Amino acid sequence: MIEPEVKKRINGLKFALLSPDEIRKMSAIKITTADTYDEEGFPIDRGLMDLHLGVIEPGLRCKTCNGTVKECPGHYGHIELAMPVIHIGYVKEIKEILEATCSSCGRIKMKDDELQVYRPLLERSIMNGEESFDTLEIVRKIISEASARDVCPHCGMEQHKITLDKPSTFRENGRKLSPKEIRERFEKIKEDDLIFLGLNPNTSRPEWMILTVLSVPPVNVRPTITLETGERSEDDLTHKLVDIIRINQRLRDSKDSGAPQLIIEDLWELLQYHVTTYFDNQTSGLPPARHRSGRPLKTLVQRLKGKEGRFRANLSGKRVNFSARTVISPEPFLSINEVGVPEDAARELTVPVTVTPYNIEELKEIVKRGPNPKSDRYLPGANYVIKISENGKRDRTKILETTAEKVANDLDVGMIVERHLMSGDVVLFNRQPSLHRMSMMAHKVRIMKGKTFRFNLAVCPPYNADFDGDEMNLHVLQGEEARAEAKVLMLVQEHIRSPRFGGPIIGGVHDHITGLFLLTYGNPMIPREQALHILSYIEYDDLPEPTEKNGRLYYRGKDLFSLILPRDLNIEYKSAVCKGFGCSECKFANCPYDAYVVIRNGKLISGTIDKASIAAFDGILLNKISKNYSSAETAKFIDNMTRLSIGVISSLGFTTGIDDSDVPEETEYEIDEIFNNALVDVERLIDSYQKGLLTPSPGKSLEETLEERIMKVLSDAQKRAGDIVGRHLGLNNSTVIMARSGARASVLNLAQVIASMGQQSVRGKRIHRGYLGRTLPHFKKGDLGAFARGFVKSSLKKGMNPTEYFFQSIGGREGLVDTAVRTSRSGYMQRRLINALEDLKVTEDMYVMDTSENLIQLYYGEDGIDPTRSMNGSSVDYDDVMYRVMGEDFYRKVRGEK
Amino acid sequence: MMRKINVMEHEMVPEHYLLSEEEEVRLLETLNIEKDSLPKIRRSDPVVKILEKIYGPIKPGKIIKIIRNSKTSGKFVTYRVVKEE
Repeated sequence: MIEPEVKKRINGLKFALLSPDEIRKMSAIKITTADTYDEEGFPIDRGLMDLHLGVIEPGLRCKTCNGTVKECPGHYGHIELAMPVIHIGYVKEIKEILEATCSSCGRIKMKDDELQVYRPLLERSIMNGEESFDTLEIVRKIISEASARDVCPHCGMEQHKITLDKPSTFRENGRKLSPKEIRERFEKIKEDDLIFLGLNPNTSRPEWMILTVLSVPPVNVRPTITLETGERSEDDLTHKLVDIIRINQRLRDSKDSGAPQLIIEDLWELLQYHVTTYFDNQTSGLPPARHRSGRPLKTLVQRLKGKEGRFRANLSGKRVNFSARTVISPEPFLSINEVGVPEDAARELTVPVTVTPYNIEELKEIVKRGPNPKSDRYLPGANYVIKISENGKRDRTKILETTAEKVANDLDVGMIVERHLMSGDVVLFNRQPSLHRMSMMAHKVRIMKGKTFRFNLAVCPPYNADFDGDEMNLHVLQGEEARAEAKVLMLVQEHIRSPRFGGPIIGGVHDHITGLFLLTYGNPMIPREQALHILSYIEYDDLPEPTEKNGRLYYRGKDLFSLILPRDLNIEYKSAVCKGFGCSECKFANCPYDAYVVIRNGKLISGTIDKASIAAFDGILLNKISKNYSSAETAKFIDNMTRLSIGVISSLGFTTGIDDSDVPEETEYEIDEIFNNALVDVERLIDSYQKGLLTPSPGKSLEETLEERIMKVLSDAQKRAGDIVGRHLGLNNSTVIMARSGARASVLNLAQVIASMGQQSVRGKRIHRGYLGRTLPHFKKGDLGAFARGFVKSSLKKGMNPTEYFFQSIGGREGLVDTAVRTSRSGYMQRRLINALEDLKVTEDMYVMDTSENLIQLYYGEDGIDPTRSMNGSSVDYDDVMYRVMGEDFYRKVRGEK
Repeated sequence: MMRKINVMEHEMVPEHYLLSEEEEVRLLETLNIEKDSLPKIRRSDPVVKILEKIYGPIKPGKIIKIIRNSKTSGKFVTYRVVKEE
C-alpha cells in the first residue's frame, strides 16, 4: 500500500481569544445586508451568501480565491456590530475579571509583592504551552483573594459588589453595567497583570471577550438546501445571522438619528439576545430562538454538543460501508462459529480480492457472472473491478450484467475484484448495546435463503439477543490482516469463557436444557430407530451397546449423551434438579432421584444433565470442558450438544398447556386452607396492633413491626402453597420439568399460576398509596387488612377480581419502570467508565499502564491472571488437580467415605 | 479537642515503608520503569507525615513501598513516588 505523502504535520494546538483585528483580517468581506439571494436566485452583494464567502453552487466561481465548488474551501466574512455585546461563552470569565480588578484603575486588587511570587511559575507554564491543574489552582486562588477586597490596594478606591443577572447582565451595586462599560474597564487592565488572571498576554486581551466584530462563517458551513420542489431553505445559522444583521442595522440607524436612550437600550438588548442564541440556543434563562415551524434553531453549540453533536456523532463514531443490518432468527443446525447471511445481503456485501496468476481463472468465472447471477444455488458474482494504474490512481468500474463478459476477459493480474460474500468468509457480527467484548464476535458466513441473519441459539447469551424482533449488524472485513486477526482473536469459539466471571457465557438455553433432561433423567430406553434418527444430527465415533427388551433393541439416554463427551473427562457434581428434592443427607452417586452427575472417562455413569451441566453461566460440565480442552473442541461439544438436545426434544416431543397446571380438588382445598389460616393470622395481628398488644421489633416502630409481620405471614403462606404445588406435580409434568431443570420459569411462577399471585408490592412494601386512608374506594378508610393492601389471593388460572387486578398492575408497572430507569442509568455509567479506562493496556511485563506510560497497576489484577482462563475467578481448579493426583480417592474423600 | 489519630494504626490503612537509596536503585532496575511513571503520593498525605516522624523529612522523589491486602493475590506490593504538596 502506498503511504500518502505527509504535507503538514500538526505540532501543537493553541487556544486563544480572537481579537477584533484578527476577525477583520481573516474576513474576506464585510457583510452589511440581511438578505441572501435576489429574485433570480443570485447571491446578493454583501449579503450572507456573498460570493466572497465561497461557492456552494456548481458553475459559479469564488470571488475571493476564484475556485470552483470543489476547490474553494470557503472564506470567513464579518459583521461590524453597532454596539459591543457579551460573548455568552465567556460570561464566567468576565465576572471573575470584573470582581478581581479595580473598577477605577484596572489593577488586580492585590499588592505587587503578593502577586509577583507566582509570576515565574505561571510564566513557565505558558512557555511550555501547558496549563497544569496547579497553575489553574493558583489563578483561582488569586482571583478569589482579589475579589474579596473592598478597597483597591493600588488607588484606594472603594469597590462595589458585582452581580450577574443570568444570562449576561452585569450589575454593580444594582446599577446595570453595559457591555461598553465593561469593555472600557477591561481595556485599562495592564498587560503585566493578565498572567495572574489566567490569560496569556501574548495572545489574549480580556476586552476581546466582549464582541465588537462578529465573524461570519463561510457558506460551506451553512449551505442552502434546495428541495425537490425547487424551494430554497436556509441553514439555521444563516437565519440567525439574518436576525443579527437586521437588529444591528436598526440599532445603528437609531443611534445615528439620535433616538431616545430607552429605544437604543431595547435594541441593544435584542442584539445581545440574537448574538447569544447564535452561539448557544440553550442558554439557561433565555427562550430558545425558534424556526417559523416552532422548532428550536440548531446553532453553534448545538452543532458540537451531546450525542448528536459533531464529536460523538461524526468524529468518535461514523457510518461505514460493507455492513448490513437485519432481523435475527434462530438456526440450531449452524455451528456456534457460523452466521447465516441472506442472499440479498451477500450480493451487496463484497470482499476485495487481488488478482494473481493463481486465482485469475476462478475470479474470471466470478466476474463473468456479473452483479446478479441467476442459478438454483447461490454462486458469488462481483460488483466492481478496481484497476490500479501505474501512477497509483484507482479506477473503480461497476460491473453490469451487460459488461460482465468483457470485464472478465480484460481481467489482469494486479487488479482487484470486489466479489460477493461467500460461505466461509469471516465477518464481524454485533448487537447493540455493545456492553462487553462478546458483543462483537467474528463468525464464518453461511449464505442462506430468506431475509434474516441466523445463528446458533447457544450464542444468544453473549449478545443478549432474543428473536422477538431484534436486529443485528454485520461487517465484512476488507483486508487480509484484519481477517486473520479476527479469526484468531474474535472468533466465537475464543469467547466461550467470559472474562466477567471466568465461566462459559456461550452454552445451552431453554430447549437445550429440557432436551438433555428428557434424554438423561431416569436414563430412558430409546428405540433403536428413533435413537439413530437423533444421532444423525451429531458427529460421533462408535455406537454404544444397545440393550434388548422384548425382542427390540433400545439405546439408553445416558449412553447417547456420552457420545458427545471428550473421552478422558472425569467429573462429578450435583444436578440442578437436586435442589427440589430437599434430601436431608446426600447419597452422592447413589442418589435415588438421579440428581448426582458422575462422569468417568467420558461416560455419563449417573445423574441428570440439566442447567447445572450445560447452561450458559451455570454449566459445570461446560465450564470444565472449556477450561481443559481447546476452544475448537469446546465449540464442537456445544455444536453437538445443541443439535443432540434439539434432536431429542423434537423427536420425543415436548409441550406445555393449561392442563399442566391442573391439580386435584383436595390440593386446591389444601391450598385454600393455608391462605385462610394466613388471613386469620393477619387479622389477629391487626387486632393486637389496634389493641396495643403488639411489641415492636428492635429498631422498628409499631407500624413497621406490624407490616413486617404481615408480610412474613403472607409470604410464608405463599411459600407453603408453592411447596404443595411442587409436591403434587411431579417431574412428569412439562411445566415442572422446565422449572426444575432450570430451562425456564420457576416453581414460584407455577405457584402464581395455580395457587395465588401473593402479596403485590411497591418498593418492597405493601401497597399504601391511593386515596386518603385507603388504596381504593372499595375498602373502608384505615383498613389494614391483607386485601386492602394489595394481597392477591387468586391465582392466574382462577383469575383476579377487579381490586386484585388493579394491585397486580401496580406491582407490574413498578417492575417496568425500574427496568427502564435502570438501563438508562447504567448506560450512562458504562459510558463514563469506558471513557475513563479506554486507554489502559497491559504491557509485556504485565504492568497496567495508560498511553502516556503512567503505571496504573504493577501487576495485572494484582495476580496476573486472565479471568477467562481462571476457574470462576480462581487461578487453580483445585478439584481437578486433586483428582489428577489422587484419582478416585479424591471423590471418595469428598463424599466422606473411607 | 480532637484526638490525634495515627492513621497507620487503622486496619484499613496498608503498611507503608520508605525505600533507602540502594533499594530505590535496585527497584527501578528490576521494574525497568521510569520513576516518573510510578503512581504518586502527596507529601501532605497523612501516611507520609507519619513516616516523616520516623525517618525525618521525606523529599519529593523518594519512593514509598506499600504492602496491602488483595482480594486476588493475598498480599500485594506496590510503590508510590512522593510528590510536592
